[in-house]
Amino acid sequence: MSRVGVVLFPGSNCEHDVVEAVEALGGKGEIVWHGAPSLPDVDAVVLPGGFAHGDYLRPGALARFSPVMDAVRRFAADGGPVVGICNGFQVLTEAGLLPGALQKNAGLKFLCASVELRVESVGSVLTSGAAVGDILRIPINHFEGNYTCDPATLAVLDTEERVILRYVDNPNGSTDSIAGICNEAGNVVGLMPHPERASSALLGSEDGLVLLRSLLSGAGVPGR
Amino acid sequence: MSTRFDVRVEVSLRPGIADPQGATIERALPALGFEGVDGVRVGKSIRFSVEAGDEPEARRRVEELCTRLLSNPVIEDTRFELTPA
Repeated sequence: MSRVGVVLFPGSNCEHDVVEAVEALGGKGEIVWHGAPSLPDVDAVVLPGGFAHGDYLRPGALARFSPVMDAVRRFAADGGPVVGICNGFQVLTEAGLLPGALQKNAGLKFLCASVELRVESVGSVLTSGAAVGDILRIPINHFEGNYTCDPATLAVLDTEERVILRYVDNPNGSTDSIAGICNEAGNVVGLMPHPERASSALLGSEDGLVLLRSLLSGAGVPGR
Repeated sequence: MSTRFDVRVEVSLRPGIADPQGATIERALPALGFEGVDGVRVGKSIRFSVEAGDEPEARRRVEELCTRLLSNPVIEDTRFELTPA
């Protein structure tokens, strides 16, 4: 059974939803306090959505210095799957585990909506079980979701097929409609949409399950 | 023997980075009766005091603080003023 450690920062608010979605798929979810100096014995780590440290200074700017982040960094360096969802994606970019930055939405409105995403690459621990071209309907819920990077970084992301999800209809001005990316090895993933909120018919969409299942399968990353 | 310095850091978006807040303010100005204003950019000001042996050391500490925490160098620049308290 796959054990997933879900990091709880002061101000995170999606940790229980992630645990519930993981356990509905037969995995085991464990909440890990941000002050912990080490991770428990887990197969994957999720940095969930919310407002860690109130998004003060910049979203994720303070959370990246949390004690647990040293352990998360080592886990990632050893090839462990790490997925940052929404605020978690912001923490990963601030921590330098993923390139680029998340800025305020171009329309300056907080967006709470269901959007369509296109799977662009299956070369990541979150998309390995999907197929390129799959359209997934998954909610977004953010004010700072505008993915920004310089042209050199964008060129690298494209060449190395590290853009894993794109918005079909860019809601927030993200560079090249990027909704999610991964690192070189494909084991560290960041995405702004919330797959745990598209995990049952009751929630309006089950399209997030293919992503969560990929993570739980521990299948590794095809082609990398 | 250490000296206390007062520091004021200004964090701003790097040139070329989109600033929707600045753009929105700029667009609103003519409707409010302010003509001839452009190039609006919004940043933040952070103030604090720091102890250091001398001014060069204080500057080094502030620079590190700026690049590691107070700004995100991917999208922001900083400038600061430092005066003995």
